[in-house]
Amino acid sequence: MTDAAMPPTGPPPGGVADIRRPTIAHAHLRRRYAAERRFKLYGLASIAVAGLVLLLLIGSIVSKGYSAFWQYYVQIDITFAAEELNPNGGQVEDTTVRSADYLKLVRDGLKHAFPDATKSRRDRRALYGLVSANSDVVLRNMVLDDPSIIGTTRNVWLKLSDDMDTFAKGNIKRNLPESDRRVSDQEIGWYDILASQDRITARFNIDLFRNGDSREPEEAGIYGALIGSILTLTVTLLVSFPIGVMTAVYLEEFAPKNRWTDLIEVNINNLAAVPSIVFGLLGLAVFLNFFGLPRSAPLVGGLVLALMTLPTIIITARSALKAVPPSIREAALGLGASPLQVVAHHVLPLAMPGVLTGTIIGMAQALGETAPLLMIGMVAFIVDVPQGFTDPATVLPVQIYIWADSPERAFVERTSAAIMILLGFLVLMNLVAVVLRRKFERRW
Amino acid sequence: MNDLTYATETAPPPEMDSAKIAKIVTRNVNVYYGDKQALIDVNLDIYEHEVTALIGPSGCGKSTYLRCLNRMNDVIDICRVTGDILLDGQDVYTSDLDVVQLRAQVGMVFQKPNPFPKSIYDNVAYGPRIHGLAQGRAELDTIVQQSLERAGLWKEVQDRLDEPGTGLSGGQQQRLCIARAIAVNPEVILMDEPCSALDPIATARIEELIDELRENYTIVIVTHSMQQAARVSQRTAFFHLGELVEVGETEHIFTNPSDSRTQGYITGRFG
Amino acid sequence: MEDGHIVSSFDEELNRMRSAISRMGGMVEAQLSNAVKAIGRRDDAIARHCLQADAEIDAMEDEVEALTLRMLALRQPVATDLRAILAALRISHDLERMGDYATNVAKRASALNQLPEVGPINGIVRMGQLTHQIATGVLDAYAESDVDKAIAVWERDQEIDQMYTSLFRELLTYMMEDPRNISPCTHLLFVAKNIERIGDHATNIAETVYFQENGTRLEKLRPKGDQTSFAVVTPSDSDES
Repeated sequence: MTDAAMPPTGPPPGGVADIRRPTIAHAHLRRRYAAERRFKLYGLASIAVAGLVLLLLIGSIVSKGYSAFWQYYVQIDITFAAEELNPNGGQVEDTTVRSADYLKLVRDGLKHAFPDATKSRRDRRALYGLVSANSDVVLRNMVLDDPSIIGTTRNVWLKLSDDMDTFAKGNIKRNLPESDRRVSDQEIGWYDILASQDRITARFNIDLFRNGDSREPEEAGIYGALIGSILTLTVTLLVSFPIGVMTAVYLEEFAPKNRWTDLIEVNINNLAAVPSIVFGLLGLAVFLNFFGLPRSAPLVGGLVLALMTLPTIIITARSALKAVPPSIREAALGLGASPLQVVAHHVLPLAMPGVLTGTIIGMAQALGETAPLLMIGMVAFIVDVPQGFTDPATVLPVQIYIWADSPERAFVERTSAAIMILLGFLVLMNLVAVVLRRKFERRW
Repeated sequence: MNDLTYATETAPPPEMDSAKIAKIVTRNVNVYYGDKQALIDVNLDIYEHEVTALIGPSGCGKSTYLRCLNRMNDVIDICRVTGDILLDGQDVYTSDLDVVQLRAQVGMVFQKPNPFPKSIYDNVAYGPRIHGLAQGRAELDTIVQQSLERAGLWKEVQDRLDEPGTGLSGGQQQRLCIARAIAVNPEVILMDEPCSALDPIATARIEELIDELRENYTIVIVTHSMQQAARVSQRTAFFHLGELVEVGETEHIFTNPSDSRTQGYITGRFG
Repeated sequence: MEDGHIVSSFDEELNRMRSAISRMGGMVEAQLSNAVKAIGRRDDAIARHCLQADAEIDAMEDEVEALTLRMLALRQPVATDLRAILAALRISHDLERMGDYATNVAKRASALNQLPEVGPINGIVRMGQLTHQIATGVLDAYAESDVDKAIAVWERDQEIDQMYTSLFRELLTYMMEDPRNISPCTHLLFVAKNIERIGDHATNIAETVYFQENGTRLEKLRPKGDQTSFAVVTPSDSDES
């Protein structure tokens, strides 16, 4: 009735309204477009700021750390004197070769190169300091590999010591006053002479990937920490994935909706927000003190990180399960599948990409975690590469922390290099997550 | 006895047609979702080899009724069903009846075509596999082929059985779902608005299929399209506000309904 | 009885259809009364007018048919709507036949006017008036959807039949009396037959109204007054040949 009484929509009678309406509408429209443009601009600006900060961060790390991937070597003529290595003559004996004084060979080689620099003890010590303190090990390995070199003189490439290496890379500036730099004028002089004789060269620093930790920066590597991380994450994955997925499946598919399940849900969500150091304390109290598991072990670290990762996995797995359309469940139920069959045959396979993505993200989080490991003794100077789950070990982020704390100038670049490697692993894991998602994601 | 007197008070008594065999008998069915009553004293007989259409406005309880017949309502925690639902004289809501077995006997096709994201073959073979209906691959192949033939899909998909079922068109998907339902050899097929997501041609194919299937199965179909109910069904039941208002021969319902609510609904005066 | 459709244009179309039937009914009523007048007053002008009016009635039938066809195609009517449309279609057909018969009566009026006047004209006129009443009654019943009225009208058809039977006998008697009466009386016989047919169609309409309202056929056995099929009048002097 009211419709009939109303005139059809159109300009109301009266000149004022007729004139005003279009302009009002027009102005309104302009404001709307302006607001939209502004909004877009804000978005672009935020992205730009975020990108800039990220670029700055990565740029600073790369610019500091890229030089850690190579190492300067110096060529020294070393005489593998028979009187040192095989004083008795005849058959070369393993034990004598092992216990021989290779340091002396290095020193002799250096003295031979710079005969005039051997006058004072200070000069000699400075001269010996040109090469890595680990050079004797290199020589010993050479002899052990090939005993026939005993009695000959060879050109041997030895690592420069960390300070000289840093100087060679240009990280210690020549134009600083002598007292302000760790390399003396005399050492620079020797370096220049060696450089002019083409006796200095840079090679890829393979030891960074091959060695465990060391007090000597030129010998320090991340291999031990990497293995530690892999062992720890294996434990984390083996513990948190099954528990997390089972929990998610039960809560999402089977559990009745009542106050108890609500309570559990709230607690899981809260657990995700608990500071990670608390998990470390928990690990210390339960795994170390109560169960008496070994300190600094990947097993304990993995368990603690599993506790920390669980909420992430449960929450992502649940949302992945929720995303499976109910029509699939109905279809299977309608065919007479039992609830377990519905989950095992249909829902879980369909949710798997999401579950795996969540798991990998959780793992990546665990890979970058340091705080909980502080409490269970994984922040330790460990030279040996761990061989098993109960060996003392450290992990990548902890290694970074230790190196960052070290006083040697050469550790600065290695810290950055380790960060780059860690970031590389994180990117790789996330990439795997993306690929998995792309590959297994199905449309319904 | 009490049942019958009660029945006459609330709804027209189900006709006692001796020539037809009642496949499903429901008496005084009440369904509650928590505090809300969704069905009120429904008495309805479903006859063998007939298509029974359930019509009514949204929320009238027709889908709820349909889902009682194969206990799909069990999934909903707060859903409670009282009254008798007898399939071949056997109460489907007793605890000693296996719900898995029931659902193999009473298949279901849903509103939205919902093939599993698997191959066409696996879609059809899934039911026989979980019920162990086939001994070996050859027998399974036969079941799959027969089911697809019965669903009128075999010619269209025989060359691409290993392609995903989700890659078919909407109408083909729905026929695939029907093939999947009949692969477990049910006696009754429940259809919950099977054509609501399909175009008219696909709808016509499904309707033709329903008419063919009637020969071997008993079919209950919920539909929002009264024309569809008129086209495919032999009997029509009209639900309103949880009550079964009227049930009768489809022709009778659509030419001369007894109840003014039915009249109003089918002629488009409310609902 | 009930509210309008949700789609109000459907109601408009149904109303248009009903009013078309009513108009058509009015035209048929006028046609009938004019034809009867033409017989009673031996009026050629009225008879000619009737012949022209028939075309309008036919046009109305086409209009009703188009309307019903349109609704059947576009509205998929069911139940009451379906019955109403079906009824309109049938009633329009009945009315068209009634119009045709009335026109036929008018034609015979023209023929009768050229022949000498014979006796039972008044009887024909009375029969025509009665039929007119019945037609009016049945159209009212349709317009008011009044089943009782329709039944009442339906039962009155036997009066027409009885009148027809007596007229039949009377005309036969006239013809036997004087062979010169045969020509006008034959015409009158056909007029009476046409009027009787109009009455039959009127009862059809009454049945249709009943069906439209109740959805079932009018099952009662209709009282039949037409005995002419069995009427045998034997002239005393005629031979068996």
